[in-house]
Amino acid sequence: MKQLSLEKLNDLFALIGQTEALYLPVDDAAGQAAYRRWQPGYTLSKALNTVRSAKDFFFPQTENLVDFKMQGKSIEVIDPRTEQENFVLFGVRACDARSFSILDKVFLADPVDTYYQSRREHGTIVTLACTRPEETCFCTVFGIDPAEPAGDVSCWIEENTLFMKANTPKGDALLTLAAPLLSEGGDDAVAAQQAATRSVLARLPLAKLSLDGMGGESMLKLFDSDKWAELSQACIGCGTCTFVCPTCQCYDIKDFNTGDGVRRFRCWDSCMYSDFTRMAHGNPRLTQRERFRQRFMHKLVYFPANNHGEYGCVGCGRCLSKCPVSMNIVKVAKALEGEVK
Amino acid sequence: MQEMMIAKARELLKSGAVQRVLGWKAGEFAYDVEPAVFESAQELEKSFVYNDFCGSNLSKYLIAQSRKEGKTLVFLKPCDTYSFSQLLAEHRIVRENVYAIGIPCQGKTDGETLKGKGFTGILSAQCEGDTFTVHTLYGDKTAARADVLPERCLNCKSKKHMIYDELLGEDGEVLDSHRFDMVEKLEKMTPDERFAFWRGELSRCIRCNACRNVCPACTCEKCVFDNDASGIAQKAAADSFEENMFHIIRAFHVAGRCTDCGECSRVCPQNIPLHLLNRKFIKDINELYGAYQAGEDPDAKSPLTDYTMNDAEPGIVYHRGGNQ
Repeated sequence: MKQLSLEKLNDLFALIGQTEALYLPVDDAAGQAAYRRWQPGYTLSKALNTVRSAKDFFFPQTENLVDFKMQGKSIEVIDPRTEQENFVLFGVRACDARSFSILDKVFLADPVDTYYQSRREHGTIVTLACTRPEETCFCTVFGIDPAEPAGDVSCWIEENTLFMKANTPKGDALLTLAAPLLSEGGDDAVAAQQAATRSVLARLPLAKLSLDGMGGESMLKLFDSDKWAELSQACIGCGTCTFVCPTCQCYDIKDFNTGDGVRRFRCWDSCMYSDFTRMAHGNPRLTQRERFRQRFMHKLVYFPANNHGEYGCVGCGRCLSKCPVSMNIVKVAKALEGEVK
Repeated sequence: MQEMMIAKARELLKSGAVQRVLGWKAGEFAYDVEPAVFESAQELEKSFVYNDFCGSNLSKYLIAQSRKEGKTLVFLKPCDTYSFSQLLAEHRIVRENVYAIGIPCQGKTDGETLKGKGFTGILSAQCEGDTFTVHTLYGDKTAARADVLPERCLNCKSKKHMIYDELLGEDGEVLDSHRFDMVEKLEKMTPDERFAFWRGELSRCIRCNACRNVCPACTCEKCVFDNDASGIAQKAAADSFEENMFHIIRAFHVAGRCTDCGECSRVCPQNIPLHLLNRKFIKDINELYGAYQAGEDPDAKSPLTDYTMNDAEPGIVYHRGGNQ
């Protein structure tokens, strides 16, 4: 375990920022946390989490895939990518850190998505342990320990000290870079903080959320449940839940007419939208009930059915906080619980 | 009030006067109340609530509910009745299929507002008189109601119901609010300062469309931004100004029809003060065409869809400081 006085936190950021792009949560004009590229004067947000998740760094909301330039009868195919720079993502919470492994299962499976892969390879993830989880948190349901977050480097902030531990070769490299500022020690302080955090975790209202019976075995039973009509009745069909979700991974690919060619880009899509997976005959999901069902079936049934039981949710609580009508995955899971018993 | 509402709803369901009740349903926590339809006394008993977290405006749901067979009972707070009235004026709700009961409101807060005030780990929250007591994972805290209300309620424009079939509790008065203060502040900025303010706010937009979808004035069956054939439907912004443009266009489209219910700002996950765009239009309409409040009188003609000889000429922009 390495440690650093918080008074020197800016020196650490400056040191990392000199060699690599460093991103960290800072408070925005509305007082909420957002990832920003570090620059002198920026301070780490004290918020529990960012509004937008850390998936943005690997799977951005919009990205250009390929350009086609037409000249007469020839078409030039241009890869718009420039070399990916190394970057450090500081202050990622345990839930978001787990979301990367869920996204990996989608984007790094054959055929590998090289756009995503390149960012994953060039990114170093520095996680930060939670000390004040909120009532909307339920990451522990998915076996995540927010007091011992994964990542290339794990950090804890206790009183006036930052404690750091490398978990991977990338993490070792980062701590080697930071070595001039770091000293040894802190195991006891970290263990004490973890014990305190875990006692709060045990008292979280959603700590005992049951997902028994979800997954592939109950697929048709859940798909045909008459609960969906009631669950989706207040849904306004916006994309808030999907866009703040760290694991939502659906995208649309579209062509933009540049005048002398085509720019093919992809952008986040939302199963809540009326044109999601729209084909020549229309949207296969005719009403909000089917669109709403898709989102939760994907996370609680289809994803685990295809991924050895792993759910497509990390319990970050963003959809609980942000849904305009206060509908969310916890209410859905609880309502469906009776269906599979 | 909640007990009175449940009793009234039960009575009307039982007599067959209404077939369903549009209200609010209790959630997991104190604050995550959701709009819901109730069809039986059992459902009402189980989860119907009316408390300090029933902020969502139910009017827009009536577009669909009023097209169902039979009557829908809806509970409307004063500001919701402006939206209901405006939607009626726009022929979007089948009036004879709605039984509207006006209910009083002392301002509604929500989880996000409480959290913004430093209440984290909320386990329960009660309001007695004007004091909120919030029980959290990290201890109990209290706050005065006025300190935990969102901006739209602090600048409440009216406690008076514009339209109803029946009223529970006392009706209030139209209030002398300070809702245009921030607009005035923005008007006093230089164009560059104002541009920087809006760029800063709107740059946070994630284009989730929550503002549009919740808005009682946005009721197009197919929004132009969802229509591939329109040529401007983009889930991805072509440039860094596109999201800004989306909000400006939306504000233009609802101008003269927006009642200033504030739902757009309530639902914005990025806390963009979208209501300020709409209020600028409302203030301008008041100044250019005389005081007008959308949703106040369903028979009144909206200044923007009416013509009089005294209407302002386009050249008015120069008199108001616009560039020649």
